[in-house]
Formats: sequence, C-alpha cells, structure tokens
Amino acid sequence: MRREPARGLVQHLPVIFPGLMLTVFFIVPFGTMVAVSFFRRQQGGFYVPDFVLANYARFLTPFFGNVLVFSLYLAIAVAVVSLIIAVPFTYLIARSRRQTQVIWLVALLSILSLSEVIIGFAWSTLLSRTAGITNLLVWLGLMEAPQALVPGFAAVLTGMVYQAMPYAVLVLYPSMVRLDPTLTEAARTLGASPLRAFFTVVLPALRTTLIATLIMAFIFALGSYLLPQILGRPSHWTLSVLITDQALYQSNMPFAAAMAVFLVLVSLALVALTMFAGKKLEA
Amino acid sequence: MSGLVLKGVSRDFGPVKAVNDVDLEVPNGRFVCLLGPSGCGKTTLLRMIAGLDLPTTGTISIDGEDITRLPTHRRNLGMVFQSLALFPHLTVGGNIAYALRIRGLSRQEQARRVEELLALVHLPGYADRAVAKLSGGQRQRVAIARALAVSPRLFLLDEPLSALDAKLREAMQVELRQLQQQLGITTIVVTHDQREAMTMADTVIVMQGGEIRQAASPVEIYRKPADTFVADFIGSTNLIDIARDGDRAVLLGRPTAVAMPYGVSRATLSVRPEDVELTAPSPDLPEAAVTFVRDLGGAIEFFLDAGGTQVIAVTSPRARPQVTVGDRVGLRLDPARSVVLTR
Repeated sequence: MRREPARGLVQHLPVIFPGLMLTVFFIVPFGTMVAVSFFRRQQGGFYVPDFVLANYARFLTPFFGNVLVFSLYLAIAVAVVSLIIAVPFTYLIARSRRQTQVIWLVALLSILSLSEVIIGFAWSTLLSRTAGITNLLVWLGLMEAPQALVPGFAAVLTGMVYQAMPYAVLVLYPSMVRLDPTLTEAARTLGASPLRAFFTVVLPALRTTLIATLIMAFIFALGSYLLPQILGRPSHWTLSVLITDQALYQSNMPFAAAMAVFLVLVSLALVALTMFAGKKLEA
Repeated sequence: MSGLVLKGVSRDFGPVKAVNDVDLEVPNGRFVCLLGPSGCGKTTLLRMIAGLDLPTTGTISIDGEDITRLPTHRRNLGMVFQSLALFPHLTVGGNIAYALRIRGLSRQEQARRVEELLALVHLPGYADRAVAKLSGGQRQRVAIARALAVSPRLFLLDEPLSALDAKLREAMQVELRQLQQQLGITTIVVTHDQREAMTMADTVIVMQGGEIRQAASPVEIYRKPADTFVADFIGSTNLIDIARDGDRAVLLGRPTAVAMPYGVSRATLSVRPEDVELTAPSPDLPEAAVTFVRDLGGAIEFFLDAGGTQVIAVTSPRARPQVTVGDRVGLRLDPARSVVLTR
C-alpha cells in the first residue's frame, strides 16, 4: 500500500502528541538520570553538577560485580522458567473451548490485580515452617517434620515466576490462538507423534513470540526489588534492591543513577543478543 | 479385501450425525472423489480415514488391517489440507523432507528424495526457497510433494484446489489426475466442485446429510443418477413430475413413452437440458411457452414454461431452433436419455 507523506502540522499531529509524551515522560527523566550519574555527591545527601566517573568506578568492585551477575542470572532464570511453564499452559488454553479459555484467562489476570507486597507475604507464609505447605506434606506422610523453605533462592524464583507468568501468557496467547491447528495435524499425518509435532512445528513456528516473551519476562524480573527482599537472603538481593537502597536510604543519587544506567545498558545488550540469536536461527 | 474398507462408520457431534452409517470400499490404486454440499459430512469422513477424528461406531481397515484406533502418525498417509498447512518456519525442501527427517533418513537421502519430488511436481530447484515467497499454485505443488514424500498407502486431499483461481484449478485437476495415474496411489479427494470430481475421479461418491447417496463412475452418476438429489446436484437437470394413468405414464399433461417402474404411481423424471429437444407444437407432445432465451455464445439456454413447470433446454448454436420469447413449442424428451427417479 502506498502512502502519501504527511504534510503540515495537522497531519503530523497524531505523531507529535505521542512524541511529546515520550519526550516529557521518558527521554527527559532518563537524560536527567544519565546526567546525575556523572554528578558529584556531597556529604549530607546532596549532589552538585560535575563530570566525574567516580560513581562508575565505584561500581567496578567484586561486590557490585557479583550482585550484577546474580541479578542477570535471576532474571534469566525467571524468564526461562516462566516460558517453560507458560508455553504448554497457554497452548492447552488456546486449544480448549471458548468458555474454558475465558475462565482460565480471567483467573490468571486476577493475579495482576495483586500487589507485589501481597504476593511476597503470601508466598513467605506458604513456604514458612509454621504455616507452610510442608505441613501438608508431613500430614500426607511424605515428610518427617515441617521445614522452612523461605528465605532462599528457590523461594525468590517461585515468587517472581508467579508474578511474571500472567504477562508471559498474555504475550503468548494471541499467537497461540492464531496458530493454524492444521499445522500440527499435517505434522501428524507426516508421521510425527503429537509431542514431536509440538516440538518440531508449534514451537519453531512461534519462535518470534517465544523470544518476545523471554525478553519481556527478563526485563520484568530485572526490575523486581521487593520479592528478593521478602523471600530471599541478602545474598539474593538484586541490583534493583541496591539501587533502591542507595537512592532512598543512603541518599546517594549519583551512585544509584550510575547503577541504573549500567543496568539499562547491560539489559539492552542482552536483549540485542537474544534478538540477534533469534535472527541467526531463522536464517 | 485389499484396499480401504469402511464398515458402518458413524460420527456424532452431540445430537448431530455428521456421518451416518457409511459403508465404503476403495480398491487399491483407485481415485475417489467425495462430493457433496458443505456440511454433508465428506470432510469428517476424510478426517476419520486420516485418524484426525475417531468414528463413534464402525470400523476402518486398509488391506485387511483394522486401523480404526491407530494414531494418525502410524498410518503412513499423505494428506493435503485445505489451508495447505505448509510449515512457515521451513523452506520448500524442509517442508518436503519433514516426513523423511521424522523417519530418520540421512541428509543425502533426504536431499535426493526432495529433488525427485520437486521434479515430480514440476518445481525443480526450488528446495531452498522460502514457503512465503511462493505463488498459490507453487504452494499447492509443495503441499502435494510433501504429502507424497514417504510413498504413503493413502493420498488424502481436503478441498485441495479451492484456494486457486479457476484457470489454475482446472490445470491442477488434470495434473493431479496424471500424477495419481503415474504413481498408482490410492487417492481420496474431498470436493464440493462437481467439475473437479468429474475431471479427476474413477469413482464419484455423492454425499448428503452424512450419508452416501450414490457411488459410481462420473458418467454413470451423470447419466444414471440414483435419486433426485444426485440428479440435481450433478450438472443441471429438469426434474419433472410423472404419474401413472392406467397403463401409460403421463408427463406434463400428455401421454409419454417413458416406462414407469412396476408398482409405482408417482415419480420424478430427470432430463438433462441438452436432452430436451424443441420442435413445432404437436398434439402428441407436451407444449410449452418460451419465457427467456440466454445466448452464452457456446451454448444457448431456453427457459420454458410447460403448464406451470419450468423446463430448461440447451442447444449448441448450430442446432439453434428459430424461436423467441413468447413462442409456443413442443418438447421432445428422449426416454432413453432420461431417468425415472422414485426418491
């Protein structure tokens, strides 16, 4: 379809408005943050305009390096686990009756109405020694004594996957529903078992969506700072926790800004890498 | 018996009987068309043969082996879907080699077989093309090549040509028939297009309401339809009431030489429009008035009103009778070329 280029202010209006919003609410704050990350901190919680690299330099210590690696590791783990659970789940929903689909989707979306704090404390209760699910296992005779599963890495992962799952399903669902069901039937007539058809036809055909889901869950998990504190030990704290700590409690805005900028850059690089790998697969 | 045998096959969807007690035998190497209006159960029947749907009752067997409950992927079929269902993430070669890969053939063997199949469907050298970049006819050929990759026992096609334009469709019909004869493979095609069925099939199976109305060769279906539905569905026909009066049959108010079956007092006569001859009015012949003339160039259609019954006659331009709208004519219906239908 050929389109005439837009002329004059009126025709450009539909672009100007979102552009303006993006500038005011995203580019300006982000630019401020980048600028602050080069400012010099003063004792007492204030900072003065300057151009120093000290904030970034401070970052290059083993401690912060470890936290960064752990944050990325956790985010990747959350993204992968969410995808592994969400894909078969969404596939089954997409293949069921319309009514069943609606019930499942509403139930799933209701998770989104819960605040992160509620999710955190609910899971910390569920995984606790006194009132947790291990008591059920003891009652069933599968366990000797109730155990505390929280705090710990598994607890952090569980909570964050629980939170990321609905988003993953929401991204997957439209593509799964649109996927031509005769593709799997064709694979079956050609000799593939239903499971094999799923892995050799459904997943490859949805590759772009799968990568999009992975990236979304990853970025979502990277920003989480409450659940690691509620469900984890200090060793499970992510960079986002440290950023919050520096910004709000240590009043070190320049350092917090430097860490945030660094986190954004690293995650952008990872996203680019994932997309590049996806393109490579396609070729 | 060798070949495909269906015995008492039914499929219920809730209260709806999509397929109702169908018996069918397809000898090996035969080309069969399942023909009928939409919703007649022909696609459901094909899906049950493919194992994509299970019969509520009845059995399906191939060469004496009961396959009623055998999962699709162990039936060794080739199937072409209406949507073609080409895998979007694979190239032409990847699509065709899919079944070979599943069966664990070596890469060289796969590549050799793919080239062989592409040559068979007149697309040599297309193995590395992306499926999305092909034209409709080319996709069609790829789907056919993919279905034939493992030399299946049965070649099933569900409305395979419906997405193509009319001209290409006719060409593909001939090609598909030639391909089938070349390979000698048992083929079942579902279609709602009677021209398609007449062009390709050894046996046409006319279905309606989940039941088989007639199974016979295309010419026999056309010349000797089993009932009024088949007569009306295949080609166009005039269905005229015929009644017994004493020892003669009466047609359009005049005695006729058409023989009524023994013990039947009322029936329907099916006469093809090309078998209705227009002559000068005569006391022996049914009389009609010309209400409309449609000159299509290659054929001329006369719409006639014979005492309230509409009759259509078709002639070639060379045999065109000199009549116009409003003229009264006599209708000569050849008893040998018309069929008396009692249902």
